[in-house]
Amino acid sequence: MKEILLQIDGKEVKATEGMTVLEAARSADIFIPTLCYHEKLKPYGGCRICTVEVEVRGWTRPVAACLYPVEQDLKVRTRSEKVDRIRKMILELLLAHAPYSIELQNLAQEYGADKDRFEKESSFCILCGLCVRYCAEVKKKHAVGFVKSGAKREISFIPEISSKECWNCKECFPLCGTSYLQAAFVLAESLAFSSASSKNATEK
Amino acid sequence: MPRIDSAAELEELRKGILSKRDPNKPYIAICAGMGCHGLSNDRIITAFEEEVKKQDLKKKVDIRATGCHGFCEKGPIVVIYPEQICYVEVMPGDVPEIVSQTVLGKKVIDRLIYTDPNTGEKAAHQSEIPFYKNQMQHLINNNTKIDPKSIDDYLAIGGYSALSKALLEMSPEQVLEEIKKSNLRGRGGGGFPAGKKWETARNAPGEEKYVIVNSHEGELGAFMDRAIFMGNPHSVLEGLIIGAYAIGSHQGFIYTRHDTPQLKNNIDIALAKAEEYGLLGENILGSGFNFNVEVHFDIGIFVSGESSALMKSIEGKNPEPRAKYIRTSVRGIWEKPSNLNNVETWANVPLIINKGSEWYASIGTERSKGTKLISLSGNIVNTGVAEVPFGTTIREIIYDIGGGIPNGKKLKAVHFGGPMGGSIPESYLDTPLDFDELAELGAPIGAGSMLVLDEDTNMVDVIRFFLDFLSNESCGKCVPCREGIRQMLKIVTNISEGNGREGDIQLLEEISEVAAAASLCALGKTASDPLLSTLRYFRDEYEANIK
Amino acid sequence: MENKKIDRIINKYQGKPNSLIQVLLEIQSENHWLPKEALDRVSKKLNVPLSQIMQIATFHNTFSLIPKGRHEVHVCTGSSCHVRGSTRLLDAVQELIGIRPGETDSDSKFSLDTSNCLGCCNLGPEIIVDGKHHGKVTPAKAEDVLKNYE
Ligand SMILES: Cc1cc2nc3c(=O)[nH]c(=O)nc-3n(C[C@H](O)[C@H](O)[C@H](O)COP(=O)(O)O)c2cc1C
Ligand code: SF4
Ligand code: FES
Ligand code: FES
Repeated sequence: MKEILLQIDGKEVKATEGMTVLEAARSADIFIPTLCYHEKLKPYGGCRICTVEVEVRGWTRPVAACLYPVEQDLKVRTRSEKVDRIRKMILELLLAHAPYSIELQNLAQEYGADKDRFEKESSFCILCGLCVRYCAEVKKKHAVGFVKSGAKREISFIPEISSKECWNCKECFPLCGTSYLQAAFVLAESLAFSSASSKNATEK
Repeated sequence: MPRIDSAAELEELRKGILSKRDPNKPYIAICAGMGCHGLSNDRIITAFEEEVKKQDLKKKVDIRATGCHGFCEKGPIVVIYPEQICYVEVMPGDVPEIVSQTVLGKKVIDRLIYTDPNTGEKAAHQSEIPFYKNQMQHLINNNTKIDPKSIDDYLAIGGYSALSKALLEMSPEQVLEEIKKSNLRGRGGGGFPAGKKWETARNAPGEEKYVIVNSHEGELGAFMDRAIFMGNPHSVLEGLIIGAYAIGSHQGFIYTRHDTPQLKNNIDIALAKAEEYGLLGENILGSGFNFNVEVHFDIGIFVSGESSALMKSIEGKNPEPRAKYIRTSVRGIWEKPSNLNNVETWANVPLIINKGSEWYASIGTERSKGTKLISLSGNIVNTGVAEVPFGTTIREIIYDIGGGIPNGKKLKAVHFGGPMGGSIPESYLDTPLDFDELAELGAPIGAGSMLVLDEDTNMVDVIRFFLDFLSNESCGKCVPCREGIRQMLKIVTNISEGNGREGDIQLLEEISEVAAAASLCALGKTASDPLLSTLRYFRDEYEANIK
Repeated sequence: MENKKIDRIINKYQGKPNSLIQVLLEIQSENHWLPKEALDRVSKKLNVPLSQIMQIATFHNTFSLIPKGRHEVHVCTGSSCHVRGSTRLLDAVQELIGIRPGETDSDSKFSLDTSNCLGCCNLGPEIIVDGKHHGKVTPAKAEDVLKNYE
């Protein structure tokens, strides 16, 4: 593997070809916040909290660190006025859904995000997709997935599969950044509303 | 039909087709485009067929159900050749009279010709109607001359001569060079130089490469891609094969709308015919070049027109964009180099190969070359598709071609590019049609839809409409887009209902900035462009509704 | 929908997993909606997880997971129709048939949906019933259009 030298926050960092900026930063103990990243899962690029500024050939632009591949002589800034503004807004948008999330609250403090900037939303899911992707990529069960598009997107359990698999697994619950209960709630709800499978579940 | 195996055979076939055709034999071109379809043009077509049969004229007159003529407003349109007498708003009951009076008797039926509502002047011939007179047509003019289902019709107007020239007289590098020199820019929205994109795909590592036609046409109020692809499918296909040759691709894809059966049908027939004639498949025209095409349908959602989402859809997966830090022309469908161009972009290619890049680059402005198809809609007298050279002013398009604003109203704004575009006010109407000049004004051309808005339009409501559209038609994967649009829509809705609050505009600007900077794909990055353009030119309409 | 029909569609694409979207579109177009059993069968035959199918099937109103009425009514809500008054037209249609977009009435006569621009802006505002376009429909004229359907 080709070795690549880049600069993160003024520090020389050694990385190998194919690594992302986030991986390079972590290997050098430089912190970049993430919400939808997990080392066991393919990078997703949904939350955008990992946005950093990169400078290529004199051009500065914001990119998602969890996806952006390292390049020779790349200059990365993990904090800047612009980066902080972006993260603050993303946090405020997410806090409208999950105001009690410890993870979000901690980040909110760091970036001066106001948790009450926007009216509260009914769903507290932030759609990071950790549960969906963990179930598909690690457990290979596909018991939970995304449904609908745009602002209506949500997660949904497939009753036939989850009634069989979920109660003994629940490995996705602790991954949830909003609260342990979120996934459980959606799961219970999906089982309750599906008569055939709820019968299945009670029989167990 | 035996397949064609050389340039000579192609020319012989063409001669054969032409020798059987008498240029003076009358033919009736009946528009079967989408706009006229909605006006039950099928009844007109049947009526003509029946009338010709009844009067036993099969040998004396041809009937062609053609693609869109552009003048959809006055549909159903019927043009009688060779005189080019144009009848508008034709009803089935008019048909017997047209056949006996005009086709046979060579007389113009006064009641069916176009009358200019502004001057009262009548025009019997297409070339005299202001809508047509003020255009420069190199693409859509062929629509009236061919039946899209007939490859012979396309060959009769010189079709596939560019393919023959490219494959048999030029190297792939020469073809690429020609396209680069022509300065052809993508017509799907971004205006990216086509030659540059082709070159990236050509030079990208890997044996297998793909070329794709983007015929999703999701931009609201855009219907020119359908007009061209449905009306002249071989022209797009010919461009695609030439591009494949230049790039070194042997597999093409057509990504098109699932909801337009006529389009699907015409594409299917064109592919089958081209294959039968040896213009697709193995050893095309005896050149040794192989190329096949597969058709895929969208599921209707706007975001699927975005290149990476489109490519996922072709893989059979949910059309959700991915980050393009590595470009799709390097890593696209199944991670292979994939060159995507819009319908109209491909349709320009045969023209450039035939007439040369110099000719092509002589049309248009400094940095926007050739002609552009424009879909006119909204508060405009002549809804339809017009083709003009870049550099034509917006005023000329709207007044000289579009006939101005109906019901004696004044024009307020022109909105370009649908939900990712922007509006300009009346005072900028003398701006020339140009990718860069309009982008600088905050109203990028997009795919070419021009939504004309009259003085009664509430601009805040228009923006609310676009945001609402995007909140449904985006994928919802990333936060700045999904949540940003959700909040912007709420705020703009409040303002449009007269319930704006102090600080709303600043908040909108703040969200816009973050959505533009941090969204995953171009949808989120440009979702607030319409909003920002109206904040630039119509800010008072927002302020008036803020307490 | 019978399994035989579903299998025929799947077989047409030689059971390739990348034909998923094309298969779903064909089932929707033949059957007018996607029954759960059909999705199960597609999942098994194409070896694609049901969660992935559900995501596509709910991604756009092109697909329906509930049965449609005898007549599918679409009101175009594209930009041109919007500025020509499609909001009021949609209100009138909702009022007339008593359902909202995405719904089917209780006697399964009508289903209502909005549609994106279909490229017939010359007709706007328009109602499309079972694929047939009705152009320049004012709210008052909506009843005339719909009363012809049984
Ligand atoms: C959300 C979104 C929707 C798009 N829809 C279309 C479309 O319907 N048709 C199209 O040709 N390009 C569309 N594009 C642009 C394509 O991504 C791509 O740039 C284009 O097809 C490339 O062709 P061109 O270079 O010939 O313009 C869309 C882009 C985005 C971000
Ligand atoms: S910007 Fe919008 S459409 Fe694009 S990936 Fe993000 S959520 Fe999806
Ligand atoms: S961690 Fe990079 S986008 Fe979520
Ligand atoms: S569809 Fe007939 S003129 Fe456009």
